[in-house]
Amino acid sequence: MQISVGVVVFPGSNCEYDVCEALELVGAIPRLVWHNESNLGDVRGLVIPGGFAHGDYLRPGAIAKFSRVMEAVIKFAKDGRPVLGICNGFQILTEAGLLPGALQKNAGLRFICRPELVSISTRDCVITSELAVGSMLSLPINHFEGNYTCDKATLDELLQDDRVVMRYEHNPNGSIDSIAAIANQSKNVVGMMPHPERACDDLLGSTHGLPIFRSLLEAAK
Amino acid sequence: MKFKVLVEVDLKAAIADPAGATIERALPALGFENISQVRVGKAIRFSLDAANSEEARQIVQLVCDRLLANPVIEDTSIVVEPVQASD
Repeated sequence: MQISVGVVVFPGSNCEYDVCEALELVGAIPRLVWHNESNLGDVRGLVIPGGFAHGDYLRPGAIAKFSRVMEAVIKFAKDGRPVLGICNGFQILTEAGLLPGALQKNAGLRFICRPELVSISTRDCVITSELAVGSMLSLPINHFEGNYTCDKATLDELLQDDRVVMRYEHNPNGSIDSIAAIANQSKNVVGMMPHPERACDDLLGSTHGLPIFRSLLEAAK
Repeated sequence: MKFKVLVEVDLKAAIADPAGATIERALPALGFENISQVRVGKAIRFSLDAANSEEARQIVQLVCDRLLANPVIEDTSIVVEPVQASD
């Protein structure tokens, strides 16, 4: 049976079709979900793609968190279903309170767009079950506000509960503890700044993103 | 009553402010050698109808908590002033 995975689209999202293509490549059926829908239908997993939801006005994700669809997304997450936020999607998940901490402007104040090496820090979450701890992926980053920050108590909690999912090998943006991806307490909600959907075809230089979508699909089954 | 509201949103002291740091680095080139601790924030102004200034302040605080600032990285300061009829 093919599994349907929703891709949430806000005004200003711009990675939704790349995510759909990546999901198709691993055998899922992608379904675009518009931001003012309140019913997620038969989707078994969700991706919140990158872009500039609502123009990133005020702060990235600040307006998107009040979209009608977010009530359904929060319920879906609380029910333990897999949710992956990529880049702007990660920012939206922190603003919505599904993930702790925040993403501030890159140290160095530059928009960074290039492949970065990340290492997998845990297999215990919905996007890394098909990967080994310590394995290295080359994934593109493309952001201005990707500098992950949180207070010390939150960082201690993330470390203690094995919730840091990926770390940059050469911290490009100043993220605390080189964090590139984190999970929530029950490990079903993950936010990551790198773009795995842009690394799913040899033509794009890397297929390192595929195991992330395969893991997500596995978790959605 | 009508109130004029000013909300200033600033990065917490512990949060790096690359915009402020960039401005600070640029100033000596213009001959301003004595400026330090530059921080860049946002000023948000709006009008508000409320029964009294206490209620106005409570509403503004709620708006700050829910939308205007992210308490993980930002602090807010609020100024609420009644608008005089002659204004």
